[in-house]
Amino acid sequence: MSAPRSRLRPRDTVRVAFSGLRARPLRAVLSALGIAVGIAAMVAVVGISASSREQVHQQLRSLGTNLLTVAPGQSFVGEASLPPESVDMVARLDDVGAVSAVGVVPDTAVYRTDEIDPNQTNAIAVSAARTDLLDTVGATVASGRWLDDALGAFPVVVLGADAADLLGVARTDGDVQVWLGGEWFTVAGVLDPVPLAPELDSSALIGWPVAASLLDFDGSPTTIYQRVDEAAIDDVRALLPSTVDPATPEEVAVSRPSDALAAQAATDETLTTLLLALGGVALLVGGIGVANTMVIAVLERRSEVGLRRALGATRAHIRRQFLGESVLLAALGGVGGAVLGGAATAAFATSRDWPFALPVWVLAGAAGATMVVGALAGAYPAARAARMPPTAALSTV
Amino acid sequence: MTVSTAQPVVRLRDVHRRYPGRPPVRALDGVSLTVAAGELVAIVGPSGSGKSTLLNILGTLDRADAGEVRIDGQDVGSLSDRQLSALRAHRIGFVFQQFFLSPGVTALDNVADGLLYTGMSPRERRRRAARTLARVGLADRTHHRPNELSGGQRQRVAVARALVGRPSFLLADEPTGALDSASGAAVLKLLHELHDGGTTVIVITHDHGVAAELPRQVHILDGRIESDEYSLERS
Repeated sequence: MSAPRSRLRPRDTVRVAFSGLRARPLRAVLSALGIAVGIAAMVAVVGISASSREQVHQQLRSLGTNLLTVAPGQSFVGEASLPPESVDMVARLDDVGAVSAVGVVPDTAVYRTDEIDPNQTNAIAVSAARTDLLDTVGATVASGRWLDDALGAFPVVVLGADAADLLGVARTDGDVQVWLGGEWFTVAGVLDPVPLAPELDSSALIGWPVAASLLDFDGSPTTIYQRVDEAAIDDVRALLPSTVDPATPEEVAVSRPSDALAAQAATDETLTTLLLALGGVALLVGGIGVANTMVIAVLERRSEVGLRRALGATRAHIRRQFLGESVLLAALGGVGGAVLGGAATAAFATSRDWPFALPVWVLAGAAGATMVVGALAGAYPAARAARMPPTAALSTV
Repeated sequence: MTVSTAQPVVRLRDVHRRYPGRPPVRALDGVSLTVAAGELVAIVGPSGSGKSTLLNILGTLDRADAGEVRIDGQDVGSLSDRQLSALRAHRIGFVFQQFFLSPGVTALDNVADGLLYTGMSPRERRRRAARTLARVGLADRTHHRPNELSGGQRQRVAVARALVGRPSFLLADEPTGALDSASGAAVLKLLHELHDGGTTVIVITHDHGVAAELPRQVHILDGRIESDEYSLERS
């Protein structure tokens, strides 16, 4: 006669493990909460930083990554500027599309009124801007209007977003005037923040002709913006210095603003790692909570263990039951935490008008982490339950 | 009845069990006992007599220090823990004084849990559980939970759980101990009916009144069998 074996189906193992949790729902929820907090923290941290990166990428996609800026680099002989004809030289290059420029008007500041202390410049630069600047750098007007060929000849100013804030200018209906380089200039418009040319945010932009006629601007550009064919961007980049300033090409600095934006998104990683570690600590504490719950459960359920042994459960069946209970408990927390973390990410992204991004690997990682935590937390209590002699389990009642 | 065919259901030969301590407790001191298939036996003794130890040995929940224990022809001493578990799952049906039913689970599922560790499919477990519940007279209580049942009914559910796997014998530990006399009598009547149907039943009790109602009484005192008597067949 072949001896029949003691056997517990896998599905029954799960059912038995689950019934242990169902018997004490409040305790299960509370101890799962610890895990949930840890997982929620980790998911939210990764989700928020992924959403922020996605936001930058979307921004770059819409702004384009093919903008190059040319500026005078550091020169040994003080303030450097570019030759006035350099804008036209750049425009003649192959593979270069739109070209525009601004020129800082030296020693000129802008004030809200003529009563303000001249030292209170707020670090707002006064620049002459070409009328095609907006299209080239992808800037938009928040209110009012941009400079055109007609307006450019008159004392009219368009403020960058930060400059408008600093000067306290909210209206652009032509009634507001600012004191600029010893003249009254009418505020015609305010720009939105310009991600690819953040230096414009703290600038007061005036027409090229009026700068020359009223403020003795010599017409030397300080920054040239050009859109370049994406495929030829490296070639153009190499050509630009000698094109702009054949005499001293080494004093010309060429940069690609989209690189800076991407790099900024990447620097968040350190903070993300730190926060992830904090989430890991929360998860660890949650795991200890689960272990604690399981130790108590095993002590309380000695008679259940005895009954199951009497019904034919092997030590392995008992161990799997409590291990399964622990993993289920942790999984309960993991699912709750993932939902919580996802919701936090969605809420945060929505509040900042970011796109919602939650990489799949985060959810997979959270699931894996909870399984590991649950298994580790349950290992000792489960082994203890399995080692209980069946008689001791029964005789305590 | 198919009494004493090839091999007895239980055979103990000179079994010793001692618990360490100062002085060590000789819980069983040379017990020999044979129970044939189809018997209804009472093992009766006061507390401390060693009857609980004997229950554990008979149920293979504990091992003897010396002597031979054969359950269903198998030498328990030579079996591994896993093999003992299998023996309990398939050959022994336990009934406890405190019933040990799962609260919040229907009578049907409590009985079906008696087959949990046989690896049978849930559907088959329930089918057999329903049949066994009918056999103990609880066909109309299938979907009641333990708290909706009387004490006597709960113990009958527990008996059904022990019975559902068609074990070689039923091992009942003070089955009437937690019941009033009427319910206790009903449970005893059930055990008699099962016995009449051919089931082997071993009842462990301290109650001489209960023991007197069964055809065979094994008296145990201080770890030894004092007497082994057969009473006249019940009327």
